[in-house]
Amino acid sequence: MSFFFEVLIGGLLAGVMYSLVALGFVLIYKASGVFNFAQGAMVFFAAATFVGLQQDYGVNFWLALPLALGVMVLLGLATERAVLRPLINQPQIALFMATIGLTFFIEGLSQMVWGANVRGLDLGLQDEPIQWLTDKAGINVSKFDLTAAGVAAVLVTVLAQFFSRTRIGRALRAVADDHQAALAVGIPLQQIWAIVWGVAGAVALVAGLLWGARNGVQFALTFVALKALPVLILGGFDSIPGAIVGGLIIGASEKLAEVYLGPHVGGGIEGWFPYVLALAFLLIRPEGLFGEKIIRRI
Amino acid sequence: MLYREAGQFKTSYQADAAIFPIRQDLIAVWALVVVAFVVVPLVATPYIVTGILIPFLILSLAALGLNILTGYAGQLSLGTAAFMAVGAFASFNFILRVPGIPVLLAFAGGGVVAALVGMVFGLPSLRIRGFYLAVATLAAQFFILWFLTKVGWVTNYNPSGVITAQQVVILGHAFTTPIDKYLLVLGIVAVMALAAKNMTRGNVGRSWMAVRDMDVAAEVIGIRLMRAKLLAFAVSSFYCGVAGALFAYAYLGTVEPEAFSLDLSFRVLFMVIIGGVGSILGSFLGAAFVTLLPVLLSVSVRFLDRNLGLQIAESAISNLELMTFGGLIIFFLIVEPHGLARLWQIGKDKLRLWPFPH
Repeated sequence: MSFFFEVLIGGLLAGVMYSLVALGFVLIYKASGVFNFAQGAMVFFAAATFVGLQQDYGVNFWLALPLALGVMVLLGLATERAVLRPLINQPQIALFMATIGLTFFIEGLSQMVWGANVRGLDLGLQDEPIQWLTDKAGINVSKFDLTAAGVAAVLVTVLAQFFSRTRIGRALRAVADDHQAALAVGIPLQQIWAIVWGVAGAVALVAGLLWGARNGVQFALTFVALKALPVLILGGFDSIPGAIVGGLIIGASEKLAEVYLGPHVGGGIEGWFPYVLALAFLLIRPEGLFGEKIIRRI
Repeated sequence: MLYREAGQFKTSYQADAAIFPIRQDLIAVWALVVVAFVVVPLVATPYIVTGILIPFLILSLAALGLNILTGYAGQLSLGTAAFMAVGAFASFNFILRVPGIPVLLAFAGGGVVAALVGMVFGLPSLRIRGFYLAVATLAAQFFILWFLTKVGWVTNYNPSGVITAQQVVILGHAFTTPIDKYLLVLGIVAVMALAAKNMTRGNVGRSWMAVRDMDVAAEVIGIRLMRAKLLAFAVSSFYCGVAGALFAYAYLGTVEPEAFSLDLSFRVLFMVIIGGVGSILGSFLGAAFVTLLPVLLSVSVRFLDRNLGLQIAESAISNLELMTFGGLIIFFLIVEPHGLARLWQIGKDKLRLWPFPH
């Protein structure tokens, strides 16, 4: 039984890591209706920038953090200016394709600037089990995962407060509701988008640091986005709590399936199981668990 | 302007409903067919045929398939490469396990199997829409590739997972030279493109477009949604399946799951978007663009490198290509979100009046 809990907790904590990436998608989708495929590439770029600053230029940790953040915000602003603004009012699919183009661009850029080698990233967190929990309950829970979950919790709380309490947050929700109505009451759409892309860049940095510390900073980080997609459709594209709950469900069920179901079908089912699970959920609730209900009229 | 439709009067409904109602258009298309079938094999070098023309034709067939689904029926799919893989592996198994089966029949069989699989993965489209559906089709991509790698029977228990494709023999003639393969692919693509064009002009195509524009309204006026959507998935997957079989047999020469990665799905989607959503011609233009762009980029970057003495490292060149590719895609979307087919249309309309202002 303790093995079951160990797998479950490991899965839930891994799910939080997925949520972190999914959060970036949700932020942008909520505020602009753009399905930003480049989020994965942004995660990679953020981590590569941070590590590159540290290792190539000898910048210390606390200076590299705001510098990387600045770079990510700049990237977000540039994206808004160069990609989104000319594409206002275009069909969603065109915007989606533009973000795939952006993905290629960012991938090329980050490998050109920071090289294609795998680099280690040390956040000073050990990926080892917490001793007293192992002694007491016989369950191995990694310190690293627990810290990551804590960071995610803080991030979500901050973002939720930001969205519901601040002036900008209210403007964001208005924009998400109806572009034209928001413009009509005098909300500056382009500023709002710039802010959202900036915040998404910051979230990408956090996700990039945690994933980079876990797996090493390498090109494979871009595939993290593929892990976040089932989380997104499960939780709903436009819901921040959905991203978290979806991440937990996906993470836990994925690990449990891999451990208990995997051996019977030849293993390696982690790649597709979350998608099939999310698909099954969607058949019952087509807009995801927490997504806004879609009302269609003729 | 070289020609106008003025003076060409139709005296029968049949003539009025022709694909190319203007005589000069028809002549131009026939000329193109003659060039493709006769002139190209005579003048093209083997590199151009195997490196550019064959992948271009095969990928335009796949783009055509996706365009039927996304452009005409409005169902966004990211699982194209998986359906291509199904077609390739099914053809392989047909040729392997059914002795004496004609190769063309095996390709068609591959297409049919892909169509069946496509219909299964199309079922969620009855309830899910938009990006939710797009992400759901990724389930097809990952599940099918996993299945093809894990189940030994489909790969005939090949340990390496990379199977050499059997030789293509039709009526005793082995298609081994590049020109032979080119003609085989060209013939299949031409026939299927014609079929697609006619399908989209007819009853089926119109019901797809009605579903695309607003499915609730389409249902109200009496279009059976389930039939229309599943048919779109089936036809689209059939095209992709045949394209996949050709990709394996006429281009790669091997049948392997790795060739049909998510990357390929995205490339085909690019072709559709850049070429023009909901346009047969667009599928070809988009395929040409996406196939040629990397070649042109790499040639021009190397040219600059050599002549300016920049000494760019090999890895930097590939990254530069990646960036330019991404940048150009964004650029094209900004300049013309409706794709190259729309540009072609605009150009034709402009030429129609030229040199007069009105």
